[in-house]
Formats: sequence, structure tokens, C-alpha cells
Amino acid sequence: MLAKQIYDVVVVGSGPGGVAAAIEAKKAGADDVLIIERDTELGGILLQCIHNGFGLELLKEDLPGPGYAQHFIEEMLSLHVEVLLNTMVMDITPQRHLFLSSKEHGYVEIEARAIVLAMGCRERTRAQIRIPGYRPNGIYTAGTAQRWVNVEGYMPGKEVVILGSGDIGMIMARRMTFEGAHVERVLEIQSYLSGLSRNLVQCLQDYNIPLQLNHTIKRILGKNRVEAIEAVQVDEKWNFVPGTEEVIPCDTLLLSVGLIPENELSRQAGVKLDPVTSGPYVDESFQTNVPGIFAAGNVVHVYDLVDWVSEAGFSAGKSAAQFAIALRNAEARYTPLIAGKNVRYVVPHKLDKSTLEQEDIRLQMRVTRPIEQPVWVEVHDGENLITRKAERYVRPGEMVTVILKTKNYADVAKSRQLTIDINPR
Amino acid sequence: MAEELNFICTACPQGCSLTVLMENGEVIEVTGNSCKKGLDYAQAETSDPRRMVATTVKIHNGFHPLLPVYTERPVPKPMIPQVLAEIRKVEVEAPVVMKSVVLENVLGTGINVLASRSMPAKG
Amino acid sequence: MQEKYDYIIIGGGVVGCMIARWLSRYEGKVLLIEKEADVGMGCSSANTAIVHAGYDPLPGSLKAKMNVRGNAMWDTLAGELNFAFERRGDYVVAIGDDELPLVHKLMDQGKQNGVPGMIMIDGPEMRAREKNINPETSGALWASTGGICDPFQVTVAAGENAVMNGAKVLLNTAFQDFIMEGKRVIGVRTNRGDIFGRWVINSAGIYADDVMHKAGIRPEFIIKPRKGEYYIFDRADVSIDNVLFPVPSHKGKGILVTTTLHENTIAGPNGTIIEDKEDTSTTKDGLAEVADGALKLIPSLNLRYSIANFVGLRPMGNGPCKTPGIVYNNDYIIEIPDEVQGLVNLGGIESPGLTSAPAIAEEVVDMLRDAGEKLVEKKDWDPIRPDRPRFRNMSHKDRQLLVEMDPRFGQVICRCENITEGEIIAEIHAPIPALTYDAIKRRTWLGTGRCQGGFDMTRVVTILSRELGISPLEVTKRGAGSEYLFRQTKQVEG
Repeated sequence: MLAKQIYDVVVVGSGPGGVAAAIEAKKAGADDVLIIERDTELGGILLQCIHNGFGLELLKEDLPGPGYAQHFIEEMLSLHVEVLLNTMVMDITPQRHLFLSSKEHGYVEIEARAIVLAMGCRERTRAQIRIPGYRPNGIYTAGTAQRWVNVEGYMPGKEVVILGSGDIGMIMARRMTFEGAHVERVLEIQSYLSGLSRNLVQCLQDYNIPLQLNHTIKRILGKNRVEAIEAVQVDEKWNFVPGTEEVIPCDTLLLSVGLIPENELSRQAGVKLDPVTSGPYVDESFQTNVPGIFAAGNVVHVYDLVDWVSEAGFSAGKSAAQFAIALRNAEARYTPLIAGKNVRYVVPHKLDKSTLEQEDIRLQMRVTRPIEQPVWVEVHDGENLITRKAERYVRPGEMVTVILKTKNYADVAKSRQLTIDINPR
Repeated sequence: MAEELNFICTACPQGCSLTVLMENGEVIEVTGNSCKKGLDYAQAETSDPRRMVATTVKIHNGFHPLLPVYTERPVPKPMIPQVLAEIRKVEVEAPVVMKSVVLENVLGTGINVLASRSMPAKG
Repeated sequence: MQEKYDYIIIGGGVVGCMIARWLSRYEGKVLLIEKEADVGMGCSSANTAIVHAGYDPLPGSLKAKMNVRGNAMWDTLAGELNFAFERRGDYVVAIGDDELPLVHKLMDQGKQNGVPGMIMIDGPEMRAREKNINPETSGALWASTGGICDPFQVTVAAGENAVMNGAKVLLNTAFQDFIMEGKRVIGVRTNRGDIFGRWVINSAGIYADDVMHKAGIRPEFIIKPRKGEYYIFDRADVSIDNVLFPVPSHKGKGILVTTTLHENTIAGPNGTIIEDKEDTSTTKDGLAEVADGALKLIPSLNLRYSIANFVGLRPMGNGPCKTPGIVYNNDYIIEIPDEVQGLVNLGGIESPGLTSAPAIAEEVVDMLRDAGEKLVEKKDWDPIRPDRPRFRNMSHKDRQLLVEMDPRFGQVICRCENITEGEIIAEIHAPIPALTYDAIKRRTWLGTGRCQGGFDMTRVVTILSRELGISPLEVTKRGAGSEYLFRQTKQVEG
């Protein structure tokens, strides 16, 4: 069961951005930090990025993705951050209520004083870049193929063509080759490499996988499964150059044509998005336009190095914690007033303790039923009586008043809530 | 016999384009680098190119069917296919601790292959 | 002893499934054979989902009769079969003064066809009703009986109701030939053996001509596929509530723009006649044509927001209209031919085929009755096919109750469209089971959102493998030949 209904900081996503935010939120003094992950374990996309190159800046070590993830996950767990796995955040309101869905915990609503959005990216799809042709099986985004090959243990193809020279595409070119597939070609529509030049060397050149810049795919062939793609050269305006078509037989097309920050939840929460980055507008503390909602990592914009994602996460987590603490302190000033025995309602519903230091506060209420005999109207904190007033009778039609005096301040300041009971004398 | 080679340095994400002048298999001059790492890279790449290798091995009774592994240091580039073949033979048993040695001294290189992460047993 | 059916239906599109549903009401064994891995994989799952008012078909044609009769049946049908249907009404919009007379002509045609509830509106009124419409609009025909449905749900629901009432559905079963005894059809030969029946009903969609030719019927009847391409837009960025048609041309009703019941705005189709009945490829030119047509109606439509494309092949037949005095050669064929016995023959059921489907089913039943079939209603016939929970449409409170009842509905598998594991499992074990990724996609709408399956694909393969008791290597996208995976990662040596 969920430990609480309201958390200081809730982090959505346990990739490097989210984990870093959770760590720093705890270190910055947040009481309850909850991290929510839709997958079966913590780590996010790093779990399937089994190649090296992570941590060179921050940890001075050349780690594979899962190793980098685990380093920070262990630190996060040691700080007693609460974890929810297999849980999808369905909705976030601007008032920072979150609706969660999971098999284990059911469909629940929780509240957060601050939220850090760290949902990362999704991959651009074939339809979005409008490749005409059939819709056979065998067209996968590079990340989907990566999950199959590295995590679930299946090969989604034997003869592969890759569209896009993004890092994921190049990494998968090498990975598929390592696992016995044949990567025939990498096509890139731009006149320059999309990803890191390091990957050009270590993923393509090392394995003699040809890269064709200024090339794209004109058509996909094959009804049930990809049978070939028709590659074509393009000019600087991305128009096809006639006569340069080449049909390349293959059974798999991997797409590495861009990452799009995944801001569905952000939108639902009322967060304004920058159409250029496709991520939230943020200030230097990574707070969005919605007070108390922060964002960190690839969900804001796509980073080159995971080390900087962690840095962003630390910053957002710290700011989120500070926001939550300030909110909690503000809340703590308030004492709720509860309608107790025979009391239908009390106004005000809550009072600012600091006010009572300076001036009396009038409590007004109505009873649930007439009591035609002498009664005590008692204000208590559950253990101690704070003040009471005698009435000869009470009736629903006649409002009852009790004054909390400044002399009551010391008692009220100690209490978590005040209850008003009316009992026959 | 003078020879000019062009390649991209991969020592850091910057990816400087290096031009290396070789004579009789020796590096005479390196241009295009922004730092000393580039010089070292050019030296290594022309005499003894090495690469980090990362892949997966079968794991029995693990949370996932595969465990990602990596070489703790770069291995000689020409040996990569054999290194992969050696690693493919390895099968481990869950649970596994991160950075534990999965294959010791692969092909006599003195380089160990390590578990990239911990993996608990299933269930 | 070979099983003998009373009625064998060839083709599990919306028409075939409706016929099965209508026939399953009566005593008699009904079998539906479908060559693909799921029902409705032809034209029935690649159309605009419109339930047409009926002003478009030529007065006197069978199309017009079936359209108008069918249209009137949809409210009852939606209530009984529990699929999504909205009688939203539709507009035929004239852009520029030249087009206005054509719209008036459609209205007259509609009146002749007996279409109720039509009015003409002027330019300012059209602009008021649809803020995004081309400001050059000179007016429109408003047909209040037009509607929109979820065609996948309609097909599956009809088929399921048939199965619930005793009909049998065989997927992956392809018709090869008729089994004849003299001039009587006594069964069908399929890739899975011979099946015998007293009546065979040809509702084979785009292949209906090939099927009827096997019985020597109508050798002159030819079906040519009319390819229609579509854009689907991201609902967050594009939302057009009204069903907007342009003025029709010789190519057909034209490229319409509307928001479907899945809340995606779609634009399409164009209408290119092709030769290859298997050519469901999108084309650069075709998509450009659709884009032009859509922009003519809604100039502010931004193609950047498109998240998918698809293609439908409509079975355009050259059937002559049987009404004396009407010269029209693209009419429906719905008949019991004289040349052979035991055959009910349908052909050329293109648009308004979806709208007409219930009327066609009713017509088939009437024809069989007229031919002497004693159709005795089953005592326990149940017209109601209950709906299954749809998490994405539920309020927070209802979701909570659903997940409490069955925790598998708490596991969200498709992030973009909010489809849960419970729903996927329900479809896999439904009366007509969903056996492939695409079958699940059609029924639940999973994988159709922004990420187009990026998150759910690997998970659905795992669920299908588990629930069907097959290896993940056998899981397919749309039937045999479309498997996802080749082998396990560590199987290859060297």
C-alpha cells in the first residue's frame, strides 16, 4: 500500500533525470520523496543502453548505461526514497494531484507539494516522417529493437537498413552486427551526421557499415514483412534526385530519426510547452509555469550526455524540495478546525496560528439537533481542553459562537488540529 | 614512405578531425587536435587501436534472460570478433553483482569482462 | 461424417459479419470463413467510418436503397451490439459560388432517395458552425441523419454476436473453390479442407468477383480496387468535430475531414483506381492529393501534426443497376442467381457499404426466405452483445472500481491511448479472439497514438505469447508471414 496520501516531492520517471532529482530532493531536506516508474525496475532507458560512454564527466569512469543507472539508484535507495514500480501516472492536475494506475496498488490519487517531471523522450515514428509504401512488420524504432535485443533477448531482424544517423541508430548498427545480423546501410537525410562522431567511428567505420548522407527512403516494400527499401538521394531541399533510386533488400528497417520529449502529462498538468524544444518552458531552477511542477532531463530537451541529465536532475530536485518545504511550512501555520459532537459545521475551517498571537478569533457554528438543556461548547486538541463556553440551550436555527482568545495561543500553537464538541452539562 | 591519415578522435565527445602524418609506420605529426588526449589517441589508433566492447550474456534464473556485460578496459580492435565469440560462450547464474567478473582475462589480454549491473534472481 | 452447415459465409468483413449475425437469429448452423488472421481486415478496417445519410447514391440504384434503409437501422444496432456510434450529421460544403448548384443537386437527389432531415445553409451559417472552414464557403448541405462509428468495433461486435448465438467463425481459412453437384453449390473447398453447406453466401469484398466466377456467375463482373489514402492527426493539435465533405466528383465523395470517435482528426480518402488487389501502399502523390483536398476545406490544417497514414481499397464493381430506366454501372449486386442453386451472391459493396451492411444482411435473410428457407427464430436468440470495459473512456472513479474488480486493468500497456493489460487479455479471449497485434490494435485502439506502438509493442508481444501459449517468435503483426522476431539473441554462433 502507498505509505502516504501527500508527499513532499513526487518524481515521475526513474531514468537518470528522475533518480538524480530524487537524490537531491532528499538531501535538500524533503521529508517524503516518492519516485514512480512504469517499468518493472528502476533505471529508465539506461537499462537498455548497454554500451559504454556514460559517466565520463560526472564519475570519471567509462560505464555502460545500466552501471551508470545503478550507481545513482543505489545512492537514492540508501536515502530511503519511496519507490513505486509497474505504475503509470495517468493524470496530473495543476493542483499537483496525481492519478496512478498499477496492478498492485490499484487506481489511486495522491498529492504532492512539488513534482519533478522526468519522463524522458519517445522516438519519432515512420508515419511522422511520412515514408510512403506498405505497412509491413519489421519497421521498428531503434529503441524498440534495442529493448528486444538487450533486455528481452530476441533478434527482430537479420538483414537491416537503418534510417537516421542519430546515436541510437549507430549504436544499434553495431549491436545488431555483434549479434549476428547484417547491417546493410545507414541512410541520413541531412548532409551531416546526426549523432556523435565518436559513434561514426566506433559503430559504423569499425564494422565497414556504409553511411550515405543526403539519402532517405522513397518507399518501403513488402506486404507482411519488410522485403526491401528503396533508397534515394536528396538535394539540399530534401527533394528526391531522380535516377538515384536504389532498392536495398532487407527484412528490417530501424528508424533513428529523432527523439521527442514525452510531455503528455505535462500538458495535462497545464504546463506550457516550447514548440521549438517540445519541452516545458523552465526557469534556472527547472520550474515550469505551474508552481511546484519542475522538469528535468530529456523531457525538457534532448541531451547529448547523460552526465548533464543528472546535473539537471540534481538542480530540479533541490528546487523541488525547497518549494515543498516552503509549502509545508506555510501549511503548518494553519490549524484545521473540526466539527465534533453535535456540531454540523464550524467556520472558519482553519486558522492561522500566528493570527491568534495578535488578536482573538471568533468561531461560529451550528448544531446538528436542538438540545433543550444546558450544554458545554468545548474546544479541544484531542487531549487537552483549550477553552469552553456554557450555553443554556442550543438550536440549529441559532448560531453558536466561541471566542478563541490570544491567551489561548500557546495551547493552540502546540496542537495539530482543534475539535469543537457540544455536550449536555 | 610518407602517408597521411585522416580520422576522428573519439577520446572525448568533441570529435576533433585529426590529420596524422606517418612515415615508416611512425607518427611524425598530428594536427587538428584540441588537447593532449588527441595526440595519445592518434598514437594509439595508428599503432594499437583499442575499443571497449559491450554485449550481453545468457543468465539463468535471472530477472531478465540476458545480463549486459562490458570489458573493463578497451581491447585490441582486431580481436573484437573473437572476444565476442568468447563472451558468447559464457552463461551465468543469478543473482549477479555489478562489476563482478563474468569472464576473466579474455583471450589472454589481461582484461576482464564485468557485469554491467546487478541482476537479482527471478520471482 | 462431415459437418454440414446450413449457411456458409465467405468473407468476414462488416457485411459478412452482419449477415452472420442476422442468420444466427434463426435455427440452422452458420459458418463464416475468413482468409486473414482476423475479421474485418479488408475494406472494413480502412474507411472513413461514416454512416452516410444517403444523398450521394444515384436515385433508383440498389446502393441508394440499401444506404437509406441501412442508415435508419444504426441506432438500434448500436444499442444492441454496443459499439461506438454517433449520429453527428454531416455537411457537404461548397467552396466558391460555382459549387453551390452541385450541392443543391445533392439535396434533390437525397430527397428522391427518401433521406429525411436535410437543409441548405448559407456561407455565413457554415462559417459559424465550423470556425475552421475555408472562408470562401458559399454554403452547404446539412444532413442530420449522417453518423460516424467505430468500424472495427462494428465488425467485431456483429461477428461476436453471431458467435454468441451459435455461429462459428474460422479465421485463416481461405476459399479456393465451390464444391458443386451439377448446378447446385453444396460446399466450399478451402485451404483447410472441404466444408459442406446448403447455402453459400459470397461476401468476399474485393475478391467477390473471383469467387462468383468460380461458380460461373457473371463472368463480365469485374471488381477494380479503388485506393483511398488517409492522414490521421494528433488529437491535441487538430480537432474538427463536424463531418465535412467537399462537393463530390467523378472520383467519388471526395476528401473529407472529420474527427473520429477515437478523437483523431482524419483526412481522406482520395480515389485512385489500381490493378493490384493487394496494393495497400501509400504513395507520395496520393497523400499529396489528400493533403490538397483537406486544405481546401480546412486551410489551417497543419500536416506536421499527422501521426499516421493508412490505405483502404474499395471494391468498385461494374454491376449494372437493375431498376428499369436507370443507366448506372457501379451498382451493388445482391441476388440469388438463377444459374446455380444454393448461392447468395454479393458484389461491389463499396461505399456506402458500411452504412448499408445491416440492410444488406436483412435483405439476404429476406431473399433466403423468399427462396423457400424456413427461418425459425431461435428461442434463446440474444441480440445484445455486451460491451467490454474501456479504461480510456472512464472517469477516475470508474477506473478505480474497475481496477479493484480486476487488477489487470490497472496495468497500463499503451501509454498514449491508455489501454490496459486487462483489456488486451479480454480481446485475446473474446468470442472472436484477437490473435495478432493488429487485431488487438483495431479492437482497443492501442498503439495508434503518438508513439505508434513504441512503448507497447514489446509488451503486447509478451502478453500474446503468454496468453496464447506460443513462443514470442510466433507472434505476428497481422498473420503468418508478419512475425516480429527471428530468434533468441544468443542462439547464433560466431
